[in-house]
Amino acid sequence: MTTQSGNGIRVGVGLPSAVPGAAGELLGAWAARAEAGPFASVGVLDRLAYDSYDPFVALAAAAATTRRVRLVTMVVIGPLRNTALLAKAAASLDALSGGRLSLGLAVGARHDDYVAAGVPHRDRGARFSAQLAALRAQWEDGRFGPRPARPGGPELLVGGQSDDAFVRVARYADGYVHGGGPPRAFARAADRARAAWTDAGRPGGPRLWGQVYFALGDAAAEAGARYLLDYYAFTGPFAQRIAAGLLATPQAIVQTIRGYEDAGCEDLVLLPTVADPEQLDRLADVVA
Amino acid sequence: MKVLIVGGGPAGLYCGLLLKKAAPAHEVTVVERNPPDATYGWGVVFSERTLGALADADAKTARAITDRFVQWDVIDIRYRDTAIRCGGQVFAGISRKTLLGILQRRCDELGVRLRFRTEVADVPDREEADVVIAADGVNSAIRQRLARQFRPAIREGRCRYIWYGTDRWLDAFTFVFRETDAGLLQVHAYPFDGTTGTFIVECDEPVWRRAGLDRMSEAESIAYCRELFAPELGGRRLLSNNSKWIRFGTLVTARWWHGRVVLLGDAAHTAHFSIGSGTKLAMEDAIALARALEQHRDPQAAFAEYELSRRPVVEAFQQAARESQAYFEDLRRYLHMDPPQFAFHLLSRSGRMTYDALQVRDPHFVDRVNRWFAAAATGAPTTASGPVVAPPPMLAPLRLRGLALANRVVLAAGPGTAEGEGIPGPAFRRRVADLAMVGPGLILTGPVAVEPDGRITPASPGLYAAAQRDAWAGVAASVRERSAARLAVTLNHSGPRGATRPRAEGLDRPLREGAWPLVAASAVPYAPWSAPPRAMDRRDMDRVRDAFAHAAVLAAAAGIDVLVLQFGHGYLLATFISPLCNRRDDAYGGDLDGRLRFPLEVLDAVRAVWPADRPLAVAFTADDCAPGGLAREDAVETARRFHAHGADLIQPLAGQTMPDAGPAYGRGFLTPLADLVRNEARVPVLLAGYLVTTDEVNTALAAGRADLCLVDPPHLRARPEQDSRTAEPKVGTTFR
Repeated sequence: MTTQSGNGIRVGVGLPSAVPGAAGELLGAWAARAEAGPFASVGVLDRLAYDSYDPFVALAAAAATTRRVRLVTMVVIGPLRNTALLAKAAASLDALSGGRLSLGLAVGARHDDYVAAGVPHRDRGARFSAQLAALRAQWEDGRFGPRPARPGGPELLVGGQSDDAFVRVARYADGYVHGGGPPRAFARAADRARAAWTDAGRPGGPRLWGQVYFALGDAAAEAGARYLLDYYAFTGPFAQRIAAGLLATPQAIVQTIRGYEDAGCEDLVLLPTVADPEQLDRLADVVA
Repeated sequence: MKVLIVGGGPAGLYCGLLLKKAAPAHEVTVVERNPPDATYGWGVVFSERTLGALADADAKTARAITDRFVQWDVIDIRYRDTAIRCGGQVFAGISRKTLLGILQRRCDELGVRLRFRTEVADVPDREEADVVIAADGVNSAIRQRLARQFRPAIREGRCRYIWYGTDRWLDAFTFVFRETDAGLLQVHAYPFDGTTGTFIVECDEPVWRRAGLDRMSEAESIAYCRELFAPELGGRRLLSNNSKWIRFGTLVTARWWHGRVVLLGDAAHTAHFSIGSGTKLAMEDAIALARALEQHRDPQAAFAEYELSRRPVVEAFQQAARESQAYFEDLRRYLHMDPPQFAFHLLSRSGRMTYDALQVRDPHFVDRVNRWFAAAATGAPTTASGPVVAPPPMLAPLRLRGLALANRVVLAAGPGTAEGEGIPGPAFRRRVADLAMVGPGLILTGPVAVEPDGRITPASPGLYAAAQRDAWAGVAASVRERSAARLAVTLNHSGPRGATRPRAEGLDRPLREGAWPLVAASAVPYAPWSAPPRAMDRRDMDRVRDAFAHAAVLAAAAGIDVLVLQFGHGYLLATFISPLCNRRDDAYGGDLDGRLRFPLEVLDAVRAVWPADRPLAVAFTADDCAPGGLAREDAVETARRFHAHGADLIQPLAGQTMPDAGPAYGRGFLTPLADLVRNEARVPVLLAGYLVTTDEVNTALAAGRADLCLVDPPHLRARPEQDSRTAEPKVGTTFR
């Protein structure tokens, strides 16, 4: 297989903001350490009904301790949030980080997050489309600040696996953020995103972001698998698949990075499953 | 653990023996309502891969099966008095009776209890069974008991078929297509032991009635088929096993397990017989379920694991089977094809067999297709005296009126950005010139406006002024100087999608300043946030029609080779065609005739001024991807009308009629639509649905699903012309 992007791939790392029990002061420090390492971005997940930090607050902590890395949400569950407040949070983070935000949004897979937020689960797709249209409008018309660092607002990514998700990527977004899995799964999703993009008459191609879970070291791999079984318990037995896909060796990591690169991924974020900064150093060693 | 398996078919017996073998302590019982030697159906088919899976699961059974099966590696296609062979398709058949015997003996050997002539219509008590495996077939009584939990749905096909045996020796899997006064009947026949074969006869419902088969007795039906297929049967018999003409029902169930009960094989799902995988899927289910029960103490965890691992595989087969079934239901659409193309189309019908795959399996077959294609492409005789050396279909020429395209590959120049007033900009001109160098037959531009108000964005290229004509002449000349490629320009009027901002950050975002008034068939805004258009009056229509014709005159003078009229994707002309956008109550709305009236006026006006030796194409949305959109038969009729009015090529599109309604995007997402339009309307088709590889292009062309293919290899993808984010320095790690 040949490299499709021809541009190489940038590797980022996740904050442990959705690993239960991660200490508050760890997030900023983690980001600073990532910035000092070979990473292009730091990423966060979003989950309401779980022991996890709010994605914007976590990235604000990261913004305060870094100057270079991109800050990416993968993804924020858009329809859970009031659109004007979401636009404001994103614009604020973009402004205070000097334009480093990549805002990944999707409808999410969990019903209980909607229940917890008191937001209807039905029609979330249609509300999400309207939200995507409104976000850009609020950033651009500048009726209230802060002004995002770039006139059009932060880089906007849409995630999801439904046919509608790819229509939204082509209509509203700058690119697609994949939900994780082997390179083969990413390649199929990237094809769908490119097909929709070209058909819509957008110039160039969609930005393509990927994510995978890692844990380096035997004890970490065990703890990481336990975490994934818990985090994805709502998927039923599929959680076992996800846990089995955990990248637990340097070999698995470099092969996966290569596979994503061959499939045209531009930015791949490796998400930690253990809130131990040593994981970051081990990963830096593999990636450098 | 006590396991009760209801149904002693291949799936039930096989699952029973695998369970007992893995855990001899289990008490495994198979109950079957028929006696041990009763059977329905004739033979079953396995692929090489299934045989491998069987060998892994239980070597002894697999050996017994391979000792008894017959193998073939050829598919014979008998059509229009010719027989085409395609090799390299390794399959094995075995008599269902023999298979059941092998499985019953192995069950006995391992200590599985077999109880025949026992009916189980309800879920037994917990004392009787910890686990109940419903392997009682498509009409599963157990599943019906729990229908509310399993939520089964059966969709019946449109064809009638009957399952005969024959004592004719068949040397290959054989398809027969026979035209009669009543219509077309087809046969799927294959050998399954040394002396007998399965012989399935199929036809669509009207043919079945016209032939009188609906009123015939069993014997009369056999006599009819025997006479009709006398050449294939060679005087041998057709055997009936209480065979009836039925319709195939595809079963899907929302869940495969509930409580202690789990569905297996046909009780959970069926797939049309034409891809021959019913028994294969059932036996693979048995392997997966037995393995899961071995691994998990908790049966429900095992059931969940079983469903999780099998459902994607089964759904993929059901999808392929549905496509194969649809092919046989719509077979009449393809009877205009010459035998080599007909055969290729048949073999590639379910999307799993491609040009490259067939090349590996049988190069002679593919060579025959290549030679036929090359001959047909150049108008040479397609018989034995045709070309001896032929390129793959992708590299065959195409003649459209006076234009000869060197090959069938089209590359897209992308939307393009204008400088000044609608003049194609330098980046766009460079892009076109670069593309000409990589060997396409044709280069296709994005939408070019026919009047200032027809632009999509202020930076849309146009073709309505002398300066634009001269710039386009330069683009056309740069292509001709460099290559044998030709240039096609897409003429468009944006209608309700006009006056928007550049598309770098999204579609259909209205201009803040300098917006121009929009027009459409009716005053319906494109998106909720779009400016409302004015419904066109006759003066607007005259102006737009004349603008298209004027653009065609300028294009002719500029040396453009092909014009594509954009009548789709929610732009102006599309708003007339789609019932979702056209709410007019005058002569330009209402039924299809009314809705096509204005688009045809535009087409006629362009055709009248466009040189007679240059081809004209129409792109239109043949599927709105939304409820209430253009009906399928209307889409076909629309393509026919455009062709009758002088469109030499049709480019079918899908979606974008409404902002959030689109097709299921992916590789080849427009191929089925292209196949429908090309073969139902019998018009040449340009397929532009994200084909990426030469294999995809060759497959679509060889099968007659398209005549020209737009290909979009990632390495040729244009970088955005202006994008602040690519201009940024890249930071972080770059691999290699």
